[in-house]
Amino acid sequence: MRVEDVPQDLKYTDGYIVRDIAYAVDSDGHYTSVVSDGWNVKAEALDLTMDEIREKCDEIKQRIEAGTASNLEYYAAKNIMDISLLSKYTGIPKWKIRRHFKQKFFSRLDSGTLAKYADALRITVDTLTSKPE
Amino acid sequence: MEIKFEHKPAAHCENGVIVNMLRHYGLDISEPMVFGLSYGLFFSHMPFLKLSGMAITTFRTFPGVLFSRITKMLGVKTGRRRYLSHKRAMAALDRHLTEGRPVGCVVGMYYLPYMPLEYRFHFNGHNICVIGKNEQDETYLISDPNALEKVSISKTDLIKVRYAKGGSYPIVGQSYWIKEVPQKMPDLAPLIRKSIKKNCWFMTSQPRWIKYFGVNGIKYLSESVLKWEKTMTPRRAALNLAQVVRMLEEIGTGGAGFRYMYGAFLQEAAKITGIEQLNSLANEITEIGDLWRDFAYKASRVFKKRQGENYTYQDLSDVLNVIYIRERNFFTQLNNAV
Repeated sequence: MRVEDVPQDLKYTDGYIVRDIAYAVDSDGHYTSVVSDGWNVKAEALDLTMDEIREKCDEIKQRIEAGTASNLEYYAAKNIMDISLLSKYTGIPKWKIRRHFKQKFFSRLDSGTLAKYADALRITVDTLTSKPE
Repeated sequence: MEIKFEHKPAAHCENGVIVNMLRHYGLDISEPMVFGLSYGLFFSHMPFLKLSGMAITTFRTFPGVLFSRITKMLGVKTGRRRYLSHKRAMAALDRHLTEGRPVGCVVGMYYLPYMPLEYRFHFNGHNICVIGKNEQDETYLISDPNALEKVSISKTDLIKVRYAKGGSYPIVGQSYWIKEVPQKMPDLAPLIRKSIKKNCWFMTSQPRWIKYFGVNGIKYLSESVLKWEKTMTPRRAALNLAQVVRMLEEIGTGGAGFRYMYGAFLQEAAKITGIEQLNSLANEITEIGDLWRDFAYKASRVFKKRQGENYTYQDLSDVLNVIYIRERNFFTQLNNAV
């Protein structure tokens, strides 16, 4: 890759301090490092992954409306956390978390457990118990 | 307090922390040199290790080994430790800082507040260097090679990322620091020779039946791509492709999965060792890097179709196969050159 070919497609790092550094060949054939704002190809790969998460969240929201899924499942999906990861963060066994993904069990949770979940998902207990936007 | 520390951004977090730390102690060495000397280039596609349910593809060696390899080579004395308790980890960190020692920490990426949301995922192998503390508001100043400048982060955030759970690597507050550096830089030429030999061994020594690692892995990936198309839903196959592209380009590889960085190393190595052939081999790895980028581009066209362009999984598989053949030749030649 030549220095002038280093992609500068600013998208996701806009407003952030994080940048890529690319190594590229200058006109004399020597390698130098160049700061790059990003590459569309990469952004598209990220888009696809983000879309997947968003779709999953939407689907869970519908199930929350229907009264089956719980808010916990929604926020876990939003944080890309699966049951085993959530279990590691909270110390709550997986089978219990699987239960708490159902609204019937989630609505009966005590404040201690809710606080544990909220802490792991980095949201407040109020957000966790109120309807997701 | 703040340690006087020169922060320079780097392509990859671990190399960057090492480079910045060594420079702090007066050993000036470039990022590609660190990467090459610690024989960091690698390839593997591992369906038995998963990240968000998909196979992990990696273009470098395992996280954490670069620091031990390079410091051992240069004769630098280091310390490293994990702490089970948050309190003791943070107390030890404060102690190092008061003694004026920058400390490298392995952290989880997901809860780093200055990362763009889209870049975050539950990856526990990110490296940062803690270089100062503000006693009043309990924030720490850190040098993250992926950021252009120094950033500060609150104590609670730092604890959270140092004790990130899950992922392939539990970190439990892993930290490392430099105790003592040698009076002068050792002669690099023999070290470079040795490192290149080792790197070639890691890439090509595997017998054919070990299919996940080294250049064999590229061949395996080229076969897997076709398998994805046949056995998975189009959506799932596209997600798998996207994951490979992300691994190739996203996580600070300096472009084309460290291939360009290795080219930069070979050029420097040619100057130091005086082996002319390394320059032409640097050109060769640059071309291989271009092929990797070509693969990434075509892959993105597969999962996001544009008019007039119609790439298939077969095309991707073909590109990977060409890369496989060229990388195998490249490492064989490189092995003979040194």
